Amino acid sequence: MTTMTAQTTQVYSVFIRATPEQIWDAITKPEFTAKYFYGSLVDSDFEVGGEHKSWSPDHSQVWVEGVVQDADPPKRLSYTWRALYDEETAAEEPSRVTWEIDPGENGVAKLTVVHDQLEGAPKTAANVAGGWMYILSGMKTLLETGKPLAG
Amino acid sequence: MTDDGDLVFRALADPTRRHLLDRLFERDGRTLTELESELEMTRFGVMKHLRVLEDAGLVVTRREGRTKLHYLNPVPIRLIHDRWIDKYTEHRVSALAELKTELEAAG
Repeated sequence: MTTMTAQTTQVYSVFIRATPEQIWDAITKPEFTAKYFYGSLVDSDFEVGGEHKSWSPDHSQVWVEGVVQDADPPKRLSYTWRALYDEETAAEEPSRVTWEIDPGENGVAKLTVVHDQLEGAPKTAANVAGGWMYILSGMKTLLETGKPLAG
Repeated sequence: MTDDGDLVFRALADPTRRHLLDRLFERDGRTLTELESELEMTRFGVMKHLRVLEDAGLVVTRREGRTKLHYLNPVPIRLIHDRWIDKYTEHRVSALAELKTELEAAG
């Protein structure tokens, strides 16, 4: 069996039958992130230089924090990422998450997440690898059916 | 992308393409030249296979300067998993998958 060395640039992509605006809302509004992002609540004004946080579902802890690097609704959003939900990942250097929304054709948009600058964050790199798959699959289900993924 | 499932199954139904995905799983973000050097196949052949994987969404390419890098995108496989496996008792499936892994590792 081969073991995976966590990649320092990770790319995840999914086609979603939705408009770029709907996808942008799903990324930037806590009532949506609560339904596909491990229940977390996103909190940011999405202005470059401003804070970007993800709160635990009960709003008692910050799970992920960072600074907005780029915001061009409904096309592109980029922020730094430091995962505080785990002591080891919290001690690592920040990495970067970029969402890219391509309007595509026939009402099907392409959403790509690039999680990079993970050179100083090997634990984070290993930790998020399965997570983004789950998140994107959950967002697709939510936007296309109006319901969160079961389980 | 009318039926993405069809494209994914078709892309996976070929040993060379599965091999390419395995190579990217080991190390992501590779150029065509790097991938080609590990396969006994013409550059054109590798390009054709990568194209099928890209159409199915299993490989995503990004440009970095003048080079084009290929990344494994596991999301379509996850979608098949969510579509087919979640419906059934997932723990039973994973118990069998574990047994297979153990038996094959021992052999």
